[in-house]
Amino acid sequence: MSRVQTKEDSSMSGVDREQWLHMYEQMVKIRLFEEQVNELYQGAKMPGLAHLYIGEEAIAVGVCEALKREDYITSTHRGHGHCLAKGASVDRMFCELLGKEPGYCRGKGGSMHIADQDTGNLGANAIVGGSSAIATGAAFASKRLGNGRVAVCFFGEGALGQGLVYESLNMAQLWKLPVIYVCENNLYNEYTHHSESTAGSMKARAEAFGLLTVEVDGQNVREVHETARRLVERGRSGEGPAFMLCNTYRYLGHHVGDISREYYRPKEEELKWRNDHDPLKMLSSWLIENQLADSGIFEQIEGQIRVEVESAVAYALDAPFPAPEEVSKHVYV
Amino acid sequence: MFTSERELTYGEAIKEALAEELRRDSRVFMLGEDIAEAGTTFKVLNGLVEEFGKDRVLDTPISEPGFTGLAVGAAMTGLRPVVDIMFGDFSGLIMDQVANQAAKIHYMSGGKLKVPMVLRTTMGAGRRSAAQHSQSLHAWYSHIPGLKVLVPSTPYDAKGLMKSAIRDENPVVILEDKMMYKTVKGPVPAEEYTIPIGVGDVKREGTDITLVATSSMVYVALEAARLLDEIGVSAEVVDPRTLVPLDKQTLIESARKTSRAIVIDEGYEQYGVTAELASVIADGAFYYLDAPVKRIGAMNVPIPFSPALEDLTIPNARGVFEMAKMLCNK
Repeated sequence: MSRVQTKEDSSMSGVDREQWLHMYEQMVKIRLFEEQVNELYQGAKMPGLAHLYIGEEAIAVGVCEALKREDYITSTHRGHGHCLAKGASVDRMFCELLGKEPGYCRGKGGSMHIADQDTGNLGANAIVGGSSAIATGAAFASKRLGNGRVAVCFFGEGALGQGLVYESLNMAQLWKLPVIYVCENNLYNEYTHHSESTAGSMKARAEAFGLLTVEVDGQNVREVHETARRLVERGRSGEGPAFMLCNTYRYLGHHVGDISREYYRPKEEELKWRNDHDPLKMLSSWLIENQLADSGIFEQIEGQIRVEVESAVAYALDAPFPAPEEVSKHVYV
Repeated sequence: MFTSERELTYGEAIKEALAEELRRDSRVFMLGEDIAEAGTTFKVLNGLVEEFGKDRVLDTPISEPGFTGLAVGAAMTGLRPVVDIMFGDFSGLIMDQVANQAAKIHYMSGGKLKVPMVLRTTMGAGRRSAAQHSQSLHAWYSHIPGLKVLVPSTPYDAKGLMKSAIRDENPVVILEDKMMYKTVKGPVPAEEYTIPIGVGDVKREGTDITLVATSSMVYVALEAARLLDEIGVSAEVVDPRTLVPLDKQTLIESARKTSRAIVIDEGYEQYGVTAELASVIADGAFYYLDAPVKRIGAMNVPIPFSPALEDLTIPNARGVFEMAKMLCNK
């Protein structure tokens, strides 16, 4: 399968300046949200842990901008970016992370289990690869019900160690289901480089099942988005599933508490990705170079989002915890 | 117990329930290994694919976790899947999708998402199928909040509970004793009916001792009751029918009335269903009891192949009779 050619001319791709700026805004929102989560953790204001998506923003945004609101996604333990990109609001996200009643799951899911039916988010999943069959099932239902919806299954390269993923790829291709498997290869399975866990070629694994497989620069939102649009439309028109391998990097640790990382990866590597492959910088530079925007607009967007994020945190910190009787609600319908 | 002119086998009653629900609701579909033309390895579903087609009686790859997870996703997004897991021993393969996904999704999402699916699988030893095709693992499912667990013992109960399970909004696990598919026959009315989930049933009334029994152990208990009758002991046989939710009241009331109880179940005895049910009775009927609540489960050994050994591991009527006789000082 060949790598998709990305089009440098935005007018040719059908994505206009406003849409690129919107994607920039979405990526900024994820980054500032995650920075705030890190601060909440450092300040001991957040229970538990969180797995930050900083550095990988272009994948969630580039893919979700190719979806309709009613299309489905399933997400991972590193899932805040997917939820926000699919349309979740920062205030209810913060509430969920703090275990507060107005959270998306009434505080009962937490960072690793945010689900939002209204935006087609079938839930983040704390079992690595655990949602691959669920996303496949959502695509199965879409096809059976003829509602034209597509499902996207986000997972990291660590999930390639799970047999369930291959069972899912097999059924999706066998039954030509409208599902896109988006593999975010951030190089590390938790604290272990993928070269120590994954034999052979990641791409060839999906190709072996006959899936259309595309490898993209996961830091380049334009490339991610163009590819996702093509694969989503292809799925929607009944041509079957696809596998999208996105090369990316996790700027921070496996989770917020993973501070000293030199034992598994060098600082220089982190700096190189931050400086040379930052998805926000890559998009803003491209927009400036192509005279589609000037630098002022990016500062303006960041300022607006910063206000939104800060007021959302304040709201969440003040929000009530669930009442004790909530503990035994929703075990059964 | 229900009486009717028409009699069906346990397997026929299950097939009839599935057929009626497939006819009633176009969202219902079944998936599993060799369920279409083969009609399952037990030949329970023969004829369904001819009526409903391969889309609704779907043969899957041999990928139990994959197709169970697919059913979870399909249930979350508008369909009503009935998953067929050929042998209950394969429960270990699917347990993440059942226990971590299906059972928890409604709760973890704060009540927003739901998983209306049915998981059918088998239990029961005695088929000379050895250690990996003979276990009764219903305790595994019963341990996990968020699942409903049904263990019907009669064709009437199996049909009525299957229909309720398919209409339920929660993930429901039904364990069918494979030894009963063809051998157990009983009255099943031709008219439409369902049995509510969570209601036990007194299969035989008695006054001296309560025998609480699940699935095929109901027949072991009924045979023990017949033997006890011969020595002047009147045994009551209570079938909980559903393990989760459990009809505690029916169990407790019977034990309060008779003052003695034995719990019989084909799962392993250690940490098993018998322990949970005995605890419920001990708590609820303590001041009415004349003897400690006893329990009989399968022996705590991997199920052996040799018939000479396998039969030793399964609770039997003689064992129940001897224990009841002792409790009643006979």
